[in-house]
Amino acid sequence: MTVEQIVSEGKDQFPIGMRVLAVDDDPTCLLLLGTLLRRCQYHVTTTSQAKTALKMLRENKNKFDLVISDVHMPDMDGFKLLEHVGLEMDLPVIMLSANGDTKLVMKGITHGACDYLLKPVRIEELQNIWQHVVRRKKKDRCNSGSKDKPHPDSGEAAGIGNVDNNGKLNKKRKDQNEDEDDERDENGHDNEDPSAQKKPRVVWSVELHRKFVAAVNQLGIDKAVPKKILELMNVEKLTRENVASHLQKFRLYLKRISCVANQQANMAAALGTADSAYLRMGSLNGLGNFHTLAGSDQLHNAAFRSFPPSGVLGRLNTPAGLGIRGLPSPGTIQLGHVQNSGNPTNDLSKLQSFVPGNHNTNILQGMPMSLELDRLQHNKSVGHIGELPTTDSTTVFPGSGSLVDARITGFSNNPLLGVTSNSLMFEGSSQQATSHTSVSAIGFQNGNALSDFTSIAPASNQLQDSKADSQGQASPINCNAGQIIRSAPQEWNAPRKDAPYQSHALINSSIPINSAMIQLGQCLDRNNSIFHRTTDLDSVGPLNFVDPLSIKHSEGDNYIMEPSVIEKEGYLMFQPRPHGSHVPDNTGSLKDLASAMMKQVPTNLSFVAGRRFRMQWLFSKDFHMKIRM
Amino acid sequence: MDVVNQLQRQFIDYSASLHREGFLDDQFTQLQKLQDDNSPDFVVEVASLFFEDCEKLINNMARALEQQQGVDFKQVDASVHQLKGSSSSIGAMRVKDVCIAFRSFCEAQNRE
Repeated sequence: MTVEQIVSEGKDQFPIGMRVLAVDDDPTCLLLLGTLLRRCQYHVTTTSQAKTALKMLRENKNKFDLVISDVHMPDMDGFKLLEHVGLEMDLPVIMLSANGDTKLVMKGITHGACDYLLKPVRIEELQNIWQHVVRRKKKDRCNSGSKDKPHPDSGEAAGIGNVDNNGKLNKKRKDQNEDEDDERDENGHDNEDPSAQKKPRVVWSVELHRKFVAAVNQLGIDKAVPKKILELMNVEKLTRENVASHLQKFRLYLKRISCVANQQANMAAALGTADSAYLRMGSLNGLGNFHTLAGSDQLHNAAFRSFPPSGVLGRLNTPAGLGIRGLPSPGTIQLGHVQNSGNPTNDLSKLQSFVPGNHNTNILQGMPMSLELDRLQHNKSVGHIGELPTTDSTTVFPGSGSLVDARITGFSNNPLLGVTSNSLMFEGSSQQATSHTSVSAIGFQNGNALSDFTSIAPASNQLQDSKADSQGQASPINCNAGQIIRSAPQEWNAPRKDAPYQSHALINSSIPINSAMIQLGQCLDRNNSIFHRTTDLDSVGPLNFVDPLSIKHSEGDNYIMEPSVIEKEGYLMFQPRPHGSHVPDNTGSLKDLASAMMKQVPTNLSFVAGRRFRMQWLFSKDFHMKIRM
Repeated sequence: MDVVNQLQRQFIDYSASLHREGFLDDQFTQLQKLQDDNSPDFVVEVASLFFEDCEKLINNMARALEQQQGVDFKQVDASVHQLKGSSSSIGAMRVKDVCIAFRSFCEAQNRE
């Protein structure tokens, strides 16, 4: 049966002809499984190598409806494969194993498996697996349908942020564009290729996510029910199902970051201590590394160092705190809260504590964002943020989420940034479903003025894309900060590991600061990845301007040292923008943010961390961190 | 025809005895059910595949166990796990049970 046939036949014949991909290193079992599936009248493809399976899946996202995979495989862990598939293709995956240990089953489910079967596999169980496919399709359809926005790459975008950079980039790009142009574009759907997808998807843009978080915060994380959230959000074409699934992801995200946040919060408490920031970063890294943050750890740590405000970062992480106090987007703060719901008190308190100390309202703003960032970061960003710097810059941002926080706090100087970053965070998260938010948050910070939170968030997605773009954009670097954020998101979006790095690289060239910002964004995004895949972080790009500064500030202490790092960050922001396009947007937003920041910053360089950053020099070309802590 | 019937009866008896003795379990029956006109040799195929795989695994295990300088139990465990999976897939119950016991030994790091 051809794909078209299957699609066109619709559900008439379903589940007959459902295309299943079976992966198992045991040939006996594989043969048996294949035969059983054929007996159920499914269309089966078998392979004993996980890598082959992934390749096949990547070739054509629409080729399969369902994947069944063994847990124990020699070339790749079954859970890893599961995550990849879930992220890249958003296909239902069923785990299979001879070992029915509850812990393993739990692990499978938390990694996103639709089901967990035990060997020996029986035909009755296989006869029911089609339900998962239907369920998944239905959910996607609802999500996208309500928004009435076709998902450009339904196949690829299936996942919130495809692990693939491209996926993220696309998302980000879309988001960015949308965010940038109009924050109203909540759905952030992209019009890239509506025809490409089978079912429209709701794209959780930064803006949208911000609203979502605001609504959740308002209701209280425990009482937040989709229906009420929907009402509060008051967004057209958003259905309860969309909100429900988004809420679910959000909750997962919060849980994840709460663990990280707690760690960070502790660290953040130290605010003034860059080390703590580092620690956080480190911890974040650990946490953030969802998938392959690998390497980010180093980056993060490094990043933190550069970031004096590391403490800030920590604080920032508590998205709740980020609420961007002063920031215009109260919603974002909520996000912070929401995010914090996981670690609610820890982070927030931290942030708050910081803020007062810093006497920078901005900081507060930054803080909330950081909170978010934290959150975001925790999930993924932690790893990512560090990653953002793309290994090079690691310096500040990725710090794994903590960076994000730091950024935010750092940015606090830039009141706008805080907001923006937050928004970014939110957006990022929303977009990225996974750690975007963090990125977006960062984006905000960078550009306080960034107004384009979404951009940041999308940026995260876009980060991946933007990374590429960022590079080009490097010039606008001032706003790079924003970009950084963006890139950050991108990174998140992207398999999270790859993206950030790329963006970082870009940033390097563009604006040191920006990179910082972006990183934050990225970090944020990472965190938010949970929330939003779509990182509109791209918009973060614009933030570049502000962000870099802010980033610098935060980093100021530590950062000074790495202008390159900053640059990286700057790129980050750029990166998010899917290709140049992002960057411009980001820069714009960043500029706004930056300007906003600048205004505020000059007065309060001090980050949450208590450092006094000279905003002035932020604006100066000499991004060397003159920030004095 | 008689011969065929005889053979069939023998086969049934043999299978039944195997079941009774616990060598085979329901899974094997399922396997037999899967065999039909489209795949007449299915059971044979699966069984031979199983034996091949088994052989490999057992060799691995033997090698691992013969190590003088400390047996790599992890490896042995992994092999046993795999064997357990295979045997349960085809319904070789006894083998599977033995595997389970084997695994607990592995965990206890008991060479004996």
